[in-house]
Amino acid sequence: MDRFVWTSGLLEINETLVIQQRGVRIYDGEEKIKFDAGTLLLSTHRLIWRDQKNHECCMAILLSQIVFIEEQAAGIGKSAKIVVHLHPAPPNKEPGPFQSSKNSYIKLSFKEHGQIEFYRRLSEEMTQRRWENMPVSQSLQTNRGPQPGRIRAVGIVGIERKLEEKRKETDKNISEAFEDLSKLMIKTIRFKSYLLSMGIANPVTRETYGSGTQYHMQLAKQLAGILQVPLEERGGIMSLTEVYCLVNRARGMELLSPEDLVNACKMLEALKLPLRLRVFDSGVMVIELQSHKEEEMVASALETVSEKGSLTSEEFAKLVGMSVLLAKERLLLAEKMGHLCRDDSVEGLRFYPNLFMTQS
Amino acid sequence: MHRRGVGAGAIAKKKLAEMSKQLDMFKTNLEEFASKHKQEIRKNPEFRVQFQDMCATIGVDPLASGKGFWSEMLGVGDFYYELGVQIIEVCLALKHRNGGLITLEELHQQVLKGRGKFAQDVSQDDLIRAIKKLKALGTGFGIIPVGGTYLIQSVPAELNMDHTVVLQLAEKNGYVTVSEIKASLKWETERARQVLEHLLKEGLAWLDLQAPGEAHYWLPALFTDLYSQEITAEEAREALP
Repeated sequence: MDRFVWTSGLLEINETLVIQQRGVRIYDGEEKIKFDAGTLLLSTHRLIWRDQKNHECCMAILLSQIVFIEEQAAGIGKSAKIVVHLHPAPPNKEPGPFQSSKNSYIKLSFKEHGQIEFYRRLSEEMTQRRWENMPVSQSLQTNRGPQPGRIRAVGIVGIERKLEEKRKETDKNISEAFEDLSKLMIKTIRFKSYLLSMGIANPVTRETYGSGTQYHMQLAKQLAGILQVPLEERGGIMSLTEVYCLVNRARGMELLSPEDLVNACKMLEALKLPLRLRVFDSGVMVIELQSHKEEEMVASALETVSEKGSLTSEEFAKLVGMSVLLAKERLLLAEKMGHLCRDDSVEGLRFYPNLFMTQS
Repeated sequence: MHRRGVGAGAIAKKKLAEMSKQLDMFKTNLEEFASKHKQEIRKNPEFRVQFQDMCATIGVDPLASGKGFWSEMLGVGDFYYELGVQIIEVCLALKHRNGGLITLEELHQQVLKGRGKFAQDVSQDDLIRAIKKLKALGTGFGIIPVGGTYLIQSVPAELNMDHTVVLQLAEKNGYVTVSEIKASLKWETERARQVLEHLLKEGLAWLDLQAPGEAHYWLPALFTDLYSQEITAEEAREALP
């Protein structure tokens, strides 16, 4: 705040007004100061602030003193702001409202809106730097900012300052986030008790509804489309875990939750889609093509096992080109149907053709 | 005389209007929060924990559905669902080494490696939450507390209390023996043998008959030597077709 100088507010020759905005408050760094309601004017050379109540109170900084500017979006109960980072004040600066300040930035708070347009215009002026081409009176020129020789030192200090501020901003952001979270929590609890008082114990959202919603029905139809080819490529059957990975990898964003997937799959049969969800005794869940007949596959599994004499799930999986998980399920089903017998030892679970059935 | 604005119908209408207003207000609050802090949720594991705890306190599961109020607004869902995919892939790739049982530490390391150096920070708490969601897929994801950490089970092997407690015993040295089980758990030989046999059958334990003294039953999931080993290209290929 020590960069501002008192001014009459009158524009110099060659200095043109670009935009002005009422209802602007100035902050010294993060601190509120007494300059809480003024008109902010942007000219080709300066940023001028005049108190709305006391027109005699008028101050300005040169645009050449600005290092860079940032926007700060509006929040709950907070106006949108522009953060203006400044070069240090030159030693021969004219008197202003503050002799010294620990902050090297100020904030402009737009309580009556207008921040977006003002920021745009200020950025434009900063880019075009028209003040360099349009010389004005001596009194303005002495405050031109750092002399060329000292630029490097100021630059590094300026960068370090910016980094420090950025760090503080980040810390502030995180603590602000936690603060906002606790406020949100209170509001949520309040809302929930309100609902409770209305007799609504469990709000009906898509979360609690489970399967059967429009969303899941649509999703089921989508899945039928996406999974047709992959299923055909994998012998007509895939575990739900495989489906989860395949679908979410393809989507990239707006991913499905595991519950979404399960709830959608539960509707496949009801919607007469060409796929269905099947749950094995072990709890393993798979998606099958309607045309896929696992019981028929069991017959061919029996052939394969007979050819080899006996097979473990791993061996069978490798032979047939299936995942071990699904291979095991198929062998277990074959066993359930009486076609295979198991030999369960420390060496592993091995399946044999059920000779009790065939040779009795 | 008929007085308007009075009667059950009018009261219900008023209540409905009030509720609508409350809902809108709440939605706005949530939207404000979301627009300000969406990034924070994605970047900051500690903030995620706080957020999840808050939701648990008020009985909300923000991860139940990708189309949910919370997950749509804050994008929390995508973070965890994608993590779920990565967890599945790591577990599948390493299954032939450890039988489908892996420590949370190793899983964490492997997942971080897979995410690359520009990915967001992922904590063990994040992994646990993602795994809890994966249980819905029915393929046997389980979380077994052992020692100071957890073993993550990713195959539908049946593990009852007996199996779990033996796993916990093995966590100290990476292996366990029948004598150890009998001494610590006060079981009979037969019970210990059965449990160990089951672990062998499921591929979760390896039998070492050349160990000094009696047979050692090793749990590959607990081998710290294997932690640093990369998932090979072939393992990655075998993991998912």
